[in-house]
Amino acid sequence: MTTVVDYESQAAPPPPDDEATRSYLTDPPGWRSWLVTTDHKRIALLYMITVTLFFLVGGAAATVIRLNLIDPRGGLVTAELYNKLFTAHGVIMVWLFLIPVIPSVLGNFLLPLMLGARDLAYPRVNLLSWYVFVLGSLVTLFAVLVGGVDTGWTFYPPFTTKSSYTYVNLAALGVFITGFSTIMTGLNFVVTVHTLRAPGMTWGRLPLFVWSLYATSVIMLLATPVLATVMVLIVVERALGMGIFDPALGGDPVLFQHLFWFYSHPAVYIMILPGMGVMSEIIPCFSRKHIFGYAFVAAASVGIAVLGFLVWGHHMFVAGQSVYAAMVFSALSYAVAIPSAVKVFNWTATMYRGSIIFEAPMLYSLGFVSLFTVGGLTGLFLAALGIDQHVHDTYFIIAHFHFIMVGGMVSAYFAGLHFWWPKITGRRFSRPWGRLASLLIFAGFMLTFLPQFILGYLGMPRRYHHYPPEFQVLNVLSSAGASILATGYLLPLPYLLWSLRRGPDAGPNPWHATGLEWQTTSPPPKHNFTRTPVVTTGPYEYHGAPHGG
Amino acid sequence: MPDRSHLPQIPGLPFWPQQASEHAAQVDHLFLFLLAVTGGVALLVIVLLVGFSFLYHRRREDETTPRIAGSLPLELFWTLAPVPIFVVMYVWGVRVYMHTVRPSADAYEVFVVGKQWMWKIQHPDGQREINELHIPVDRAVKLTLISEDVVHDFGMPEFRTKIDVLPGRYVSTWVHPSKTGRFRLVCNQYCGTAHASMVGVIDVSRPDEHEAWLRDHAEGSAALEGRKLFLKLQCLACHSADAAARAPVLEGLYGRNVHLRGGGTTTADENYIRESIVRPRAKVVEGWEPVMPTFQSQLSEEDLIHLVAYIRSLRPGDTPVPTNHFPAPVGAPTGPAKP
Repeated sequence: MTTVVDYESQAAPPPPDDEATRSYLTDPPGWRSWLVTTDHKRIALLYMITVTLFFLVGGAAATVIRLNLIDPRGGLVTAELYNKLFTAHGVIMVWLFLIPVIPSVLGNFLLPLMLGARDLAYPRVNLLSWYVFVLGSLVTLFAVLVGGVDTGWTFYPPFTTKSSYTYVNLAALGVFITGFSTIMTGLNFVVTVHTLRAPGMTWGRLPLFVWSLYATSVIMLLATPVLATVMVLIVVERALGMGIFDPALGGDPVLFQHLFWFYSHPAVYIMILPGMGVMSEIIPCFSRKHIFGYAFVAAASVGIAVLGFLVWGHHMFVAGQSVYAAMVFSALSYAVAIPSAVKVFNWTATMYRGSIIFEAPMLYSLGFVSLFTVGGLTGLFLAALGIDQHVHDTYFIIAHFHFIMVGGMVSAYFAGLHFWWPKITGRRFSRPWGRLASLLIFAGFMLTFLPQFILGYLGMPRRYHHYPPEFQVLNVLSSAGASILATGYLLPLPYLLWSLRRGPDAGPNPWHATGLEWQTTSPPPKHNFTRTPVVTTGPYEYHGAPHGG
Repeated sequence: MPDRSHLPQIPGLPFWPQQASEHAAQVDHLFLFLLAVTGGVALLVIVLLVGFSFLYHRRREDETTPRIAGSLPLELFWTLAPVPIFVVMYVWGVRVYMHTVRPSADAYEVFVVGKQWMWKIQHPDGQREINELHIPVDRAVKLTLISEDVVHDFGMPEFRTKIDVLPGRYVSTWVHPSKTGRFRLVCNQYCGTAHASMVGVIDVSRPDEHEAWLRDHAEGSAALEGRKLFLKLQCLACHSADAAARAPVLEGLYGRNVHLRGGGTTTADENYIRESIVRPRAKVVEGWEPVMPTFQSQLSEEDLIHLVAYIRSLRPGDTPVPTNHFPAPVGAPTGPAKP
């Protein structure tokens, strides 16, 4: 391995009982210490446990939805329950899983390690963000699971403000609270990247995962307050009868859609950018190659963050928006596709003349690139005004954004989780099981969501509790795929937990990766490095590297 | 579960919906073009991923790799190459979209009111129907839509178009059926418990069949219903065509430019007329006082459609002559009128 950092203690490892190298998992000991910890690595694990639970709950709702849709009459649950289920699925998956999952779990764990820092800039704010997240999540979960909310995760008024007699106010409060956790994390990351880089860690040497987290954090800071505002306005109209969105009170329902998508479209990039960052770490490592076009991949992250703020109107092509606004938003939507395409081509080019090994993280990453490509390309259909008018609010949309958020983002999280699992736990997981799960997820995903594109073009609207019988074959295929997908998602749970007890010792750098985080022990000590590392080269100097793994 | 026996099934190819209009064919052409281009790109990416995986998988433990940090020509190529392709997609998409926006002069006009959970349709001669829309083939049909409660969406998959139906204001769109048959009508915007049941039929028939249907379902025209309301609500007390008028005369108003109090002009279209009934103070005509009471919550959307149809139909000299039997409405000032 080429020397990336001047890290003397590697040459002469200190004795194992040295306080400086004791694992963060047991230092300090006792479970109570975890609840008051300010260690970014421990907070990352707290986030991991909570979002994993939420993923299972949101997935359970999806399971009932897919079971219900096997029968065109929607015989399993009532329409009321069905509407509450898809609302719960959307709210939980978007705000309690997809938004926090990579930044708050992998980002929290890795950002200081990748920068050569002891912790984030504001460790106590970091812990506060987790408590705020838990509080907001419990409120949200109570609203959507115990009370039930039937508005859909998009909360469109005036249905939400005058026609829904469910726990909307509480759900809005929960989402409002979790927003503060997002803002705190974003702020912490931006300050950390600016102030806590190790000597020699110039902006041109930042790992691309850090670049993507930086771009994500900026979006979090600028967009989340708009979501908070719009949730407050919903509650104000519901509780006080103030006319903001309901035309009967003098409001404008399209105003809500502008505000909501001004947040929620950039939020799509909050969800996908960190996943792109994970790809830029894993693909070079398992191709044993320098990333292709470092500056362009980094610039693409920033480009997506900027352009992502200018395309919200493409959610409203059929919503009573002016023709000229629709034309402008259509053009801008094509523009935002370019930086995404640049990333895909650079990842692919990175594999050229590499020495590729197909460990589980690499298989998940190849799955990500394929599924994200399909998701991105189908976005071009939706950006075309004439086509969107036909497929808007049909299953075509459902398939498109699940390709990005589930095929893309969840695959990226699983890729990253498997890649950094040895660093996080100090243990190696079972290789065959890891590979099997990645293949199951890919195959199950394709079978679940490809039929939905066809359903959408045939005209099956979204959020239908029952549907015409001619759509049944495609719906049954989709549900069959979902059962494979669910198996694939559950599989890592046992083998990863198993590895905690029985997994072989990982050593500091099992994948022979070049990032700073691999220069310290696994699991890292409380303060990450025994000595502040000094960076002398970029993060992807894999060329000519001796192999291992 | 709801009975679906009356609803149209999709005949023909199981993976392609019927084309009920020329516009549908154009959307399909654009869709196939995008499918070909994006399919080609997807194939390229997959071939590269799979090809590199086969060509460059690790063969020996001590294999070394070259250091390739990037290539400016390649970066420029894949940044710029999509641009002309995207321009074609964009322009073509806008052109297809414009077909549903640009009006056609001799259109058959239909009013649609959406409510939880049904579609109420009104024809110009007063025929009404629920969850069914009877229109003639080979003639432009203009749909003017409004919702009584929440946002709905009037979806017509065989016509490849849809439009959100908003409360509080009219939206309009156009279809031009090119074949007869029974096609699907669906609600595409989630609107509550029975959203999935807010479906119906678009019945396109030959012009003679359509005329026969209209005769069989004849009622008083929408404008006539509007005239009755106009007299009953005593609109005439102020909107009279004589010197005692306290409000602008409405003859020949539709389609004109109106100068507003406080500056600005607006076109007197359906939305303006509706708004002036529901919220009279929103846009007051220059030279008049804001004295009109609101009729919000007194009139249903169907009443408003009737009134709008009546006011649209008023030609010069059409305003009824007021009599003393029509006192001013409660709340209107009774003092001398301003010119």
